[in-house]
Amino acid sequence: MKQHLRPALFLFVSLSLLTGLVYPLLVSAIGQTAFAKQAGGSLLTRDGEIVGSRLIGQHFSSPGYFWSRPSATAPYPNNAAASSGSNLGPLNPALSDAVKQRVAALQTGAASPSAVPVDVVTNSASGLDPDISPAGAYFQVARIAHARHLTADQLNALVTAHIEGRQFGVLGEPRVNVLELNLALDALQPQQRGQ
Amino acid sequence: MSTNALLQVAIYLAALLLLTKPMGLYLHRAMEGRLPVLGKLLGPLERLLYRVSGVNPQQEMGWKSYTFALLLFNAIGVLAVFLLQRWQGSLPLNPAGMGEISLDSAFNTAVSFVTNTNWQGYAGESTMSYLTQMLALAVQNFLSAATGIAVVIALIRGFARHSVATIGNFWVDMTRSTLYVLLPLSVLLAVLLMGQGVIQNFNPYQQVNTLESVTYSQPALDAQGQPTLDGDGKPAQETITSHTQTLAMGPVASQEAIKMLGTNGGGFFNANSAHPFENPTPFSNFLEMLAIFLIPAGLCYAFGLMVGDRRQGWAIWTAMALLFVTMTAVSLWAEQDGNPVLASLGVDQTSSALQSGGNMEGKETRFGITTSALFATITTAASCGAVNTMHDSLTPLGGLVPLWLMQLGEVVFGGVGSGLYTMLIYAVIAVFVAGLMIGRTPEYLGKKIEIFEMKMSAVILLVTPILVLAGTAITVMLSAGLAGIANPGAHGFTEILYALSSAANNNGSAFAGLSANTPFYNLLLAVAMAVGRFGIIIPILAIAGALAAKKRITPGLGTLPTHGPLFIALLIGTVVLVGALTYVPALALGPVIEHLQMVAGH
Repeated sequence: MKQHLRPALFLFVSLSLLTGLVYPLLVSAIGQTAFAKQAGGSLLTRDGEIVGSRLIGQHFSSPGYFWSRPSATAPYPNNAAASSGSNLGPLNPALSDAVKQRVAALQTGAASPSAVPVDVVTNSASGLDPDISPAGAYFQVARIAHARHLTADQLNALVTAHIEGRQFGVLGEPRVNVLELNLALDALQPQQRGQ
Repeated sequence: MSTNALLQVAIYLAALLLLTKPMGLYLHRAMEGRLPVLGKLLGPLERLLYRVSGVNPQQEMGWKSYTFALLLFNAIGVLAVFLLQRWQGSLPLNPAGMGEISLDSAFNTAVSFVTNTNWQGYAGESTMSYLTQMLALAVQNFLSAATGIAVVIALIRGFARHSVATIGNFWVDMTRSTLYVLLPLSVLLAVLLMGQGVIQNFNPYQQVNTLESVTYSQPALDAQGQPTLDGDGKPAQETITSHTQTLAMGPVASQEAIKMLGTNGGGFFNANSAHPFENPTPFSNFLEMLAIFLIPAGLCYAFGLMVGDRRQGWAIWTAMALLFVTMTAVSLWAEQDGNPVLASLGVDQTSSALQSGGNMEGKETRFGITTSALFATITTAASCGAVNTMHDSLTPLGGLVPLWLMQLGEVVFGGVGSGLYTMLIYAVIAVFVAGLMIGRTPEYLGKKIEIFEMKMSAVILLVTPILVLAGTAITVMLSAGLAGIANPGAHGFTEILYALSSAANNNGSAFAGLSANTPFYNLLLAVAMAVGRFGIIIPILAIAGALAAKKRITPGLGTLPTHGPLFIALLIGTVVLVGALTYVPALALGPVIEHLQMVAGH
């Protein structure tokens, strides 16, 4: 059995170097060449300043912005250095309590107190979901129209223009990127920062 | 089920079916070292590795020697992963300044990645340096998968050969599966994933200025980093307004690719394949799901090739696919049906052109119900354990599907290598049961199944249920175990049952509310992972050795054909019966009760 010692050690070290250093460096080199923007995190800029990643959701709570999905990251929502879901079970009272509050918050300022789309009152899996459903976006139009003094038609058109359909027409679900939508909203009618 | 849901499942199955044969042919040739183009390209590297390591590729091993080599190699792996975690604070490629990992967590993670479990008690982006992720964790993603391929190839050789004492050379099997199978496929997948937006860089964490500020409170810390106390002696809270967001970065694409292809499942980030940087689009999600089943499905075909009857491989494939489709249907239905508790709160869970509806707690918008339920089924049918949805927040029946699939031993395509080798044991048991019914000596693929093989098969069948059920029983009796529970009621019990099922079957997914990064859970689950892995591999290799030594018998009139519908039904029946009889009582205490409570409106 002693004859196995050298192959075990040498093969372990050489395969480690191959798969643990050469391989990721090779992939990085390809990424920097062919997909520099994606490999760097799909960052979005406004007036030359990086305002986030198109893939990472941000927290919005003022009435004049579209709100992202609730996020369970700690210590603050949409913490992109500590992704996490809520891990609440379906019958956990903490889930229904939280949903109740979110329903109330979203129905405030809504056109009618109709049922709220499920995605905007439930935590995403990553806590960083960049998207909401088109239904979740349309639902918020009345509140934003009031806050920004825009018409519902203008905002509905904005949402419609930002709907990303199923990929190749079949994969995944239709969705709206909230950060891009809010950037377009600011472009349409500037709102003071931090409002 | 909507038309689109059916279509997405159908496209997935069609892609898998189409890739099975080419992948099987590729695997077969790669393991024999006679690939046309890549063989020429990487052949010199293969021979260099043998020369450096003092391996004689022509020298074959008996099963004991093969097993010893495997155990030694994996032990070195545990040590290396453990030490790299302990020393990461003083090693390079650590821009976020991660410190050393605690003893129990480092040990758990080392066992976890070497056993192809990739259970994660830690959160990647706040714990591991880039170097640890690459040189410790991703390396084991390769090597544990290669180990699985080596074992199943050795077992198939046992069936294919006759009257010989050897089952192959472990070093050659490891080298070829890494060099010719896992590495090229990983490069290809990593590039495709980067095209979809998966990140790959060595930048420090990126700070960005957000559109809106966020105000939150957290425990106040003094200059030494200790919590300060307020006037009443309670930890003081400070309110912070932040106008920035810190984006975790890293070499993700390279790790993501092998994480799926090797059915490892250990995420670079805490949220795993739900994290937009790991899985940004529905297409990246499709590729990741396909990568999980790719090698296990191909191995079925390679098995048929190696035993000289491709129908044998397709029979196993078909049994797996039928189980898979059934479980997918249950999962899709349960999740799309949504949560009745929320329905009564003014929440719209109906599926429409504008939203996926259903149980969206713990799911991502871009995946919706269909690809989340599909992913959850695939990842636990295989021993992958990557998640794109939080399993703890699944509906009771939606959570029962992944739980039970793991408990079946992950034989529905299963882990790389491990899925097929465990399924072949079920096939042996199926022919044994059939043999008992008609009173003949059972035989499979021209090999008589005798006492030794049945004893080893019994060990294989018993190891994981003992770990899961005894482990769960012990855990719920100890306060250290109960302390980890996050959700009240039957769901809390399911969290523990799920953790043990996941560890003992080397899956790695979790009902992640469970606080498992404690010395108790880290040690308990490390034992379950190690015994669940090597407690199966050793008897498998023993069977391989015993089979290889047997004479081949020609099939007679009384031989049960093992390639037709009758055998497929028998095989499925064996898997389901063993799984059901073993786990139904435990499942009744968890997801079944919870489902009844949900329906009754409690």
